[in-house]
Amino acid sequence: MGLKQNLHNLKEKYKGKKIAPLFNGFHTFLYLPNETTHGGTHVKAADDLKRTMNTVIMALIPCLLFGMFNAGYQHHLATGEVEKVTSFFSGNFWNLSNLWIGALKVLPLVIVSYVVGLAIEFVFCIIKGHEIEEGYLVTGMLVPLIVPVDLPLWMLAVAVAFGVVIGKEVFGGTGMNILNPALTIRAFLFFAYPTWMSGDKVWVHDAVNRAGTADAISGETMLGSLAQNLTPSYSVSDMFFGFIPGSVGETSTLLILLGALFLIFTKIGNWRIMVSAVFGALMMGYIFNTVVDAGVITESSKFYGLMSLESWKHLIIGGFAFGVVYMATDPVTASQTNKGKWIYGFLIGFVSIMIRVFNPAYPEGVMLAILLMNVFAPTIDHYVVQGNVKKRLKRLKAKTA
Amino acid sequence: MSKDIRIKKGLDIKLVGEANKVTAELSLGSVFAVKPDDFHGVIPKILAKEGTEVKAGEALFYNKSDERILFPSPVSGKVSEIVRGARRKVLEIKITTNGTQEYKDFGKVDVNSMSGEEVKNHLFNTGCWPFIKQRPYDVVANPNQTPKAIFVSGYNSAPLAADYDYVLSGKEAELQAALTALTKLTDGKVHVSVGSSNSPLKSMSGVEVHSVSGPHPVGNVSTQIAQVNPINKGEVVWVVAPQDLVVIGELLLTGKFNITRTVALTGSKINEPKYVTVVAGAQISDVVKDNITNDNTRIISGNVLSGLQVDENGFIGYYDNQITAIPEGDDYELFGWNKPVFNKISTSRALTFSWLNPKKKYDLNTNTNGEHRAFVVTGSYEEVFPLDIYPLQLLKACMYKDLDEMEGLGAYEIAPEDFALTEFICVSKQPHQKIIREGLDLMMKELG
Repeated sequence: MGLKQNLHNLKEKYKGKKIAPLFNGFHTFLYLPNETTHGGTHVKAADDLKRTMNTVIMALIPCLLFGMFNAGYQHHLATGEVEKVTSFFSGNFWNLSNLWIGALKVLPLVIVSYVVGLAIEFVFCIIKGHEIEEGYLVTGMLVPLIVPVDLPLWMLAVAVAFGVVIGKEVFGGTGMNILNPALTIRAFLFFAYPTWMSGDKVWVHDAVNRAGTADAISGETMLGSLAQNLTPSYSVSDMFFGFIPGSVGETSTLLILLGALFLIFTKIGNWRIMVSAVFGALMMGYIFNTVVDAGVITESSKFYGLMSLESWKHLIIGGFAFGVVYMATDPVTASQTNKGKWIYGFLIGFVSIMIRVFNPAYPEGVMLAILLMNVFAPTIDHYVVQGNVKKRLKRLKAKTA
Repeated sequence: MSKDIRIKKGLDIKLVGEANKVTAELSLGSVFAVKPDDFHGVIPKILAKEGTEVKAGEALFYNKSDERILFPSPVSGKVSEIVRGARRKVLEIKITTNGTQEYKDFGKVDVNSMSGEEVKNHLFNTGCWPFIKQRPYDVVANPNQTPKAIFVSGYNSAPLAADYDYVLSGKEAELQAALTALTKLTDGKVHVSVGSSNSPLKSMSGVEVHSVSGPHPVGNVSTQIAQVNPINKGEVVWVVAPQDLVVIGELLLTGKFNITRTVALTGSKINEPKYVTVVAGAQISDVVKDNITNDNTRIISGNVLSGLQVDENGFIGYYDNQITAIPEGDDYELFGWNKPVFNKISTSRALTFSWLNPKKKYDLNTNTNGEHRAFVVTGSYEEVFPLDIYPLQLLKACMYKDLDEMEGLGAYEIAPEDFALTEFICVSKQPHQKIIREGLDLMMKELG
């Protein structure tokens, strides 16, 4: 019978032992288990949690690949080795030397993120004796995409350990956490090592090393320049296609949009959250635009740069699109009711732009907005569910009255 | 005014092995059994000890909490064995027949001239009371309460379910007699739902007829109750299945308790899916004889969603009118979790392609298609759950045993079978029906 039978024998051998969850974790990666239904429904739908998580990872792969090319491209652009791209399929961007630099920098981030995170998951699963849950598969892929490319690996390892233990395992593991683990990791990095998470040196590979030397290069993110009331030198198509500095995977709005469509089509990502978040962001942006147009805020104000930015441009710069599509929609930490999801998404969009404008020192608002709304999601759900409960009480009252 | 019941949320699970509309008469088998577990919450007190000769309709045991509720023998013969489990719990009462049916004569009655109390007593004496179930809690009805309405679902939308239009045809007189009897038991209305204009229930008088349309679970009584007359706290609704109405009707008209059912033999492991006439409690091997491919087969008394697993020596459930046989899925599947799936049903489109061909019939097996996990995905249950209830929140309330919250979220309105579809599509493979059953039992114990 070969491999299948041998693995089955091993599984039986390890049953009930400490090592069982670890073995099963790998075994179920190769084979869908031979478990059958008992009690309850006798047949089950095809999807399991692995398939769900895998779908999200598939939606992230284009962003990862683009991120690798972009890491190399931004480096070469800053050092003057390539010209600025003019079209999406430009050879200045899609070439092997860009990919080489990018892969060299990004793949270690991916590996460290998965190795550290999964190791902690395994340890907790073995201690608690439950099966290895798939939650970290997505988190582990998200983390490298939302950090600057030059982030030292040991910082990433420390942050991942913190995020997985404090952000997830202390609450009881996958499905029980309150805060999005990937964002917890990023927030930890931001507050523990702020110099590595903001400024104009961290977004382009090698910029930190060369600082102060004759070859110094730099690259400011769109948000960074706008927050300093500078006019960034990127066109709208650069922003949309993603040829701008930023965290590894967040720059290409085009690919994020395709990922979003894929997630919505497969019914894995929640369209309600995405749509309402975009709507919330446009609304806040529009309010700021109106304030600027009314002359309340003038060019001398430090808020002018971001406040005067047309509201729709907020959607294609910074991490907004990435956060809304891949992280706000995390079902565990988002609102769990459909009505709640509308409110939750809207507030994420709204608060993201507000933080961007009013926090020029660190203008990436979407991370904090999502974490904030993660905390409020149970409250939103509570009121939505209470609405249902009240409706039922009202029906009873109408009857007895 | 009768109100039509139409729902959009739900899911029709289309499987191969639908029963052809031919009915085979089977000879009476030799061993039958009544399983007290079929009557959830009933604690049996044995009346017919081992060795007693009983006629069809004679009581075998009564309910400890109400001695008027009798549970009759489906056949005549000798009580050959009382099978007991842990703590002497009665599992099965086996009756061996002598090949012919002798009925206990309860006498013909004229329902129209009877009062509600007389109907009730007649149903008690004849052992027909267990056919009446109640919401809340989905148990045999408590006769001390008065229901605000009685519901009969004349449309079964469960996978491969027996077609009521077919099995009830020609039984109009029995159905009418039984429905007339039911109208005496409630101050409110008797609601009957029909799935098509061919239904024998369509022309019943004295009741309110609703036509229903939509995907499963539109045939579940809870769905219909919620649309017509939702249950509030403190209210009771009684529910009777159409095949049981036929038994009640025949008893009223002839005085005989004849619990012969037209049972659908369904599923891909049945060689020739068709209908057979069987007395309730028959041994499975007698019913599926020579008509089943029994290699690694799961036999289910009932449908694939809420039926009970039985083995060939087991017995068909007291209320069931369907036997399903499907392949066991106790095998590994290489990369089954990420490869594209064409031969299984899914409500997502995550490389699962059942959405391409909604009419296709599937040959599903009993594999869980994944391991048990904590609740992660949200929003998917609502797509197949037509009630105005938050399914995930109610399940969680049942799990952490918050009675107030269960009450507030609508636990009075549901039965475990209503959570069969959410259980089917659950990505985390949680046992929804079990969670709900345990929640309802807790409520029944604590709140009465």
